[in-house]
Amino acid sequence: MNTAHALEQDIDVAVRLRGIGKTFPGVIANHDVDIDVRRGTVHAIVGENGAGKSTLMKILYGVQKPDSGRIEVDGAQVSFSSPSDAIKVGVGMVFQHFMLADNLTVLENVALGAEELHGIGAKARRRIVEISDAYGLGVEPDRLVSELGVGARQRIEILKVLYRGARTIILDEPTSVLVPQEVDELFGNLRELTSEGLTVIFISHKLDEVLAVADDVTVIRRGTTVDSVGASSVTSAQLAEMMVGSELPSPSTEFSTVTDREMLEVLDLTLPGDGRNLLDAISFTIHAGEILGVAGVEGNGQAELVEAIMGMRSGVTGTVLLAGRDISSLHTRQRREAGIGYIPEDRHRHGLLLDAPLWENRVLGHQGRKPNAKGPFVDAAGARADTQRIVDAYDVRTPGIDTIARALSGGNQQKLIVGREMSGEPVLLVAAHPTRGVDIGAQGAIWDHIRTARRAGLAVLLISADLDELIGLSDRIEVILRGQLVGEFDPSTVTPQQLGSAMTGAG
Amino acid sequence: MSSALQARLTRLGLLLAAPALALLLAYAVTTLVLEIAGDPAGDVWDQILSWPEPRNLVNIINAGSVYYLSGIAVAIGFRMNLFNIGVDGQYRIAAFVAAVVAGEAWLPGYLNTAFAIVAAMAVGALWAGIAGLLRVTRGVSEVISTIMLNAVSTGLVAYLLRKLAVREEGSNDIGTREIPSDSWIGGFPLPGASNEVYGFVIIAAVVGIAYSVVINRTRFGFDLRATGQSETAAVASGVDVKRMIVISMLLSGAVAGLVGLPILFGDAYTYGVTFQSGLGFAGIAIALLGRNNAIGIVLGALLFAFLEEQANPLQIVVGVSPQIVDIMQGVIVLAVVIVYEVVARFGSRLEQRQAGRDLGTGGDAGAGRGGPGDKEVART
Repeated sequence: MNTAHALEQDIDVAVRLRGIGKTFPGVIANHDVDIDVRRGTVHAIVGENGAGKSTLMKILYGVQKPDSGRIEVDGAQVSFSSPSDAIKVGVGMVFQHFMLADNLTVLENVALGAEELHGIGAKARRRIVEISDAYGLGVEPDRLVSELGVGARQRIEILKVLYRGARTIILDEPTSVLVPQEVDELFGNLRELTSEGLTVIFISHKLDEVLAVADDVTVIRRGTTVDSVGASSVTSAQLAEMMVGSELPSPSTEFSTVTDREMLEVLDLTLPGDGRNLLDAISFTIHAGEILGVAGVEGNGQAELVEAIMGMRSGVTGTVLLAGRDISSLHTRQRREAGIGYIPEDRHRHGLLLDAPLWENRVLGHQGRKPNAKGPFVDAAGARADTQRIVDAYDVRTPGIDTIARALSGGNQQKLIVGREMSGEPVLLVAAHPTRGVDIGAQGAIWDHIRTARRAGLAVLLISADLDELIGLSDRIEVILRGQLVGEFDPSTVTPQQLGSAMTGAG
Repeated sequence: MSSALQARLTRLGLLLAAPALALLLAYAVTTLVLEIAGDPAGDVWDQILSWPEPRNLVNIINAGSVYYLSGIAVAIGFRMNLFNIGVDGQYRIAAFVAAVVAGEAWLPGYLNTAFAIVAAMAVGALWAGIAGLLRVTRGVSEVISTIMLNAVSTGLVAYLLRKLAVREEGSNDIGTREIPSDSWIGGFPLPGASNEVYGFVIIAAVVGIAYSVVINRTRFGFDLRATGQSETAAVASGVDVKRMIVISMLLSGAVAGLVGLPILFGDAYTYGVTFQSGLGFAGIAIALLGRNNAIGIVLGALLFAFLEEQANPLQIVVGVSPQIVDIMQGVIVLAVVIVYEVVARFGSRLEQRQAGRDLGTGGDAGAGRGGPGDKEVART
């Protein structure tokens, strides 16, 4: 925090955040965030997924209101209730996923929604060319967006916020969609912007890129700022350590319950993607009673690995054996019925029917099995009784089993899913971020349930971004990077440096 | 258990409030239109809302049974987020094939009838199945393909009619060969009415019951509904979505194939150029009105049939065009769509608040429905 306080004397701060906090039901997304962004610099904000970067950016961009703290822009305290308030004081955002209409020209895209500034005709075109020339963006106003590549589209997005009068531009993971040459071009553009006195806030988890382009770096972990440092005075290994945290939690002191029965064997699992493989020759084994944790920065193939094992992806090659039986060609339903429980990463999209009552959600994914099915019919009575059992055993706080899933808090929704997936005596549990977005109480309960099941011989594939969870639960940790398993660690001896550099590919 | 009961009562209340509100809105808008046009709104309502004669009652039930089948056909698609606009083309080509088959009378008596019904369902299923296949293999939206297939079926039927039809004596009308009378489906009388209720009403009722049981009670129906509610969750639960799309299009088309048959076997006995059209589009409105519920669609179908039957004499009695009913039906459907959405959001909010209160954690637990509609809810 020393740097932040030293900078407080500096009058030339474009954006200052002090004590920013934001809480969602059951989750603290941000607390005590202090950041000073100097004018005319590229300021990088780095942190693991789920560290609170995106909530912070939403606050800065006016999408969400902070519960506490203050935001200053150019020395004056501001309060945003919408993105248009933010752009009024010169803060603009470029999203990771572009928001351009393909069938319109560059000019039309830029002017869309900002017609009152320079109209939609010659004046707007003049202004676009002016901005483009001033910052070397090389944007041609009359080209159709559909003809343009990714790099050019990104420059249009940048031009869009400049056109609307932004003096501070937030870029969310801007390099994730670019090829290396385009990354270099983007960095050139950013330097051009800052040399003209504009300020760039650059969100990323790619440390080498951050060090290449940023002047200052702020590290965020668990919703709060860890430190702000000058980019020239830090190495990527040091940054990685700050991201992961200097103290690792102590691993579970329980006796190992790992057996020699191979429950899940994955051999040479490969999923081709655009350009490089999303999964690249992944092989591992999980024994009965063993929890294998997969660590990695999000977007390195975790989601694809889970979906490949669950049979939800087409184009996967390689072999998946469950208790010695080849399930590679089985359909998702058959894999589940062969004894795989599945806690999906996104419970709203993959785990629940939000507008259906809890007991119907008990049936979901277990349609063909007792106690939910009787021949071709759904056994409503059986499913209801078993839902009540789950609600009691897993402490799902709900008015009743006829309540719709949407009405429950995230933690209670997740406890219902965990209870459901533990039903029917699974032999393997595939758990993707099983405690993401749930409150501490529910988190502990879910961990206990997983430990208990492990003791009873369950094999678990645990994907998580939460190192507490990985180290506290796993018997073994594999690190995934760019679709490959790049290192295996023992949770009782691993150091944060080892994990951090393996996960980020740094050092 | 009392909380379950309470939840059900609340849901029932909301269920009934929505159509009541929609009908009131339709009443108000229609009255407004009549007033602006300078027509006697009071007289129009007196006519429409009078109790029908037995003869009219029979007509209402008959038209209602046709609408009912059409509504069920559309509802099967709706239940899994498929918009089968092609019921219109499906029923026409199916009714045509059934008329040809039954007219040829390869089999005797009711065997002939049964064979023609099966043929109609098969043709309807096939016609809808084309759209299903295009959707899963080429990603063509079923909305587009079924609209196209409607046009194709119109042309195809007209073409085949010229090839196969016979000219009725003393008429310019052409139609398929008349079905032998021992293959007709007899009707049953209503006290005081000279005309008869279609015997096909019973088949329509059986279809309705089958629909309700399959959708609500079977594993297949669960998969179908789950896919409609959240395709991603259905995939994760192991539903083969592509297979479901094809199967539900086939089922929807098979029921669509029945739509024209009450008329064919109970009244017309031949498929000619004057065979009733537009029944498929009415089905969309009726399925919306009935919330895809087997009983709800009965009420919707009867309401549409009632309005049309009651409006018939408007021109003679009060000098107003019976087309006013089209306006009424249109407004009902619009109002229903809006009101259902508002009521659903309101209900969702209510339940979240209820859950919050029961657990003492305050409202807004879980994911709100969000969106711009929230303001409307607040006003309701």
